[in-house]
Amino acid sequence: MAYSEKVIDHYENPRNVGSFGKDDGDVGTGLVGAPACGDVMKLQIKVKDGVIQDAKFKTFGCGSAIASSSLITEMVKGKSLEDAGKIKNLEIAQELSLPPVKIHCSVLAEDAIKAAIEDYKKKHASEAA
Amino acid sequence: MKEKPKLPIYMDYQATTPMDPGVFAAMTPYFMEKFGNPHSSGHKFGWEAESACDLAREQVAELIGATEKEIVFTSGATESNNLALKGIAKFYGDKKNHIITIVTEHKCVLDTCRHLEREGMNITYLPVQKNGLIDLAELEKAITDKTVIISVMAVNNEIGVIQPLKEIGALCRKYGVFFHTDAAQAFGKIPLDVEAMNIDLMSISGHKIYGPKGIGALYVRRKPRIRIIPMINGGGQERGFRSGTLPTPLVVGLGEAARIAKLEMEKDYNHVKTLSERLYNGIMESAKDVFLNGDKEQRYPGNLNLSFAYIEGESMIMAIKDLAVSSGSACTSSSLEPSYVLRSIGVGEELAHTSIRFGIGRFTTEEEIDYAIKLVTGSIDKLREMSPLWEMVQEGIDIEKIEWAAH
Repeated sequence: MAYSEKVIDHYENPRNVGSFGKDDGDVGTGLVGAPACGDVMKLQIKVKDGVIQDAKFKTFGCGSAIASSSLITEMVKGKSLEDAGKIKNLEIAQELSLPPVKIHCSVLAEDAIKAAIEDYKKKHASEAA
Repeated sequence: MKEKPKLPIYMDYQATTPMDPGVFAAMTPYFMEKFGNPHSSGHKFGWEAESACDLAREQVAELIGATEKEIVFTSGATESNNLALKGIAKFYGDKKNHIITIVTEHKCVLDTCRHLEREGMNITYLPVQKNGLIDLAELEKAITDKTVIISVMAVNNEIGVIQPLKEIGALCRKYGVFFHTDAAQAFGKIPLDVEAMNIDLMSISGHKIYGPKGIGALYVRRKPRIRIIPMINGGGQERGFRSGTLPTPLVVGLGEAARIAKLEMEKDYNHVKTLSERLYNGIMESAKDVFLNGDKEQRYPGNLNLSFAYIEGESMIMAIKDLAVSSGSACTSSSLEPSYVLRSIGVGEELAHTSIRFGIGRFTTEEEIDYAIKLVTGSIDKLREMSPLWEMVQEGIDIEKIEWAAH
């Protein structure tokens, strides 16, 4: 499969690979996908005052799954939780020029950021209430 | 110091092989100066083409212990498989309407069987054991008085296991059932003998043995005579089994490829086996959680199918892009389904997604293998560093026990 240059670039030089302590109070973790389906994405955000300071990922998946996760870590940095939650998979798919058969990789990235935000909010549910 | 090999390195010998220069040289006169129609019986142009095709027929026959009159040239193994199964079903189907095949056959056998099922034949798709080999007792149990033919491949294209042809042939003879084998991955690579193995029909491909694409053959036993209904009607060439003018250059190419394969079989085999072991050992020594798919002993060594746990196959292919290999991962197929062959030998879906097939052949060199080992082992570390599954396993989490949301 011929990938766009952007996919190749993110695949060969992935941004923000790594992990934060998942029990840390300022960290939200999203783990989506399934090994049996061939892709698992772990996306973590570090949040301060409702704004995402940093993001890291680890992905088991094809080149476009890795590129999608790498790209979304860049997109969410500096965004408020609310804005980050509004990111649509189509933005990722378009930015990376994903072929139709790989669109689900971008969906997974959207799911991952939503899951990470939810995890963070759950940790801080008592504060908000 | 060893030279760096020319990149990318071809390691997809199951898909196709580069043509042997000797094969190409043998073919070239038949494109231009010796252009005659081998079926023109009234002049020299026809005769020289005809005698070239006759020689090729002998060369193919010799490799499998057959006679030249039993070789029917086709466009390739796909056509041969179609002709064998449809041809038998059409001729004998009224009286005996049951076919037995196995779940790990090539798509062209399985799809042909599906087609015949729609036309009223009964098909048994026999499962294989975890090592990829059939259980002969199960095969025997599946035979009924309606069984007309058993079709079991010789060497599997994805995992390289060799089915017990001689034993299957003996069973077929015992029950009076025809035996067809798709030998696309075996012909010219391992010894095959239609007499010793009781094979009645055998599909052969040219481009898997350093010959040209677009040519293959079907061996059809003459004693006792096997009847098949042709799929292509016309001038009655190939004893009426396959009409159409023979493509002389391709036929000559297949013949020459068969001749070289017979001459070089032992040397080729030892070369491939040495390099295959070198690659396997080189990877296994420096990486853990890598698994060989298919039986360890009953295999053609030129096919090394490995699963790299926690690394998705397509991302591995991208990481080792200097190596032209193929994967059983869903992401490399248009269907997004992982390999049905790996699934049917009990490889879990998650491991099926991580498989890579390394193909080794006549032109693979030691330098290429050493380069491949370095590249693969380096990529394993890099990709596992990026894998959340690897991280979880290192933390002692059992990923089998997690309830993943299928998507």
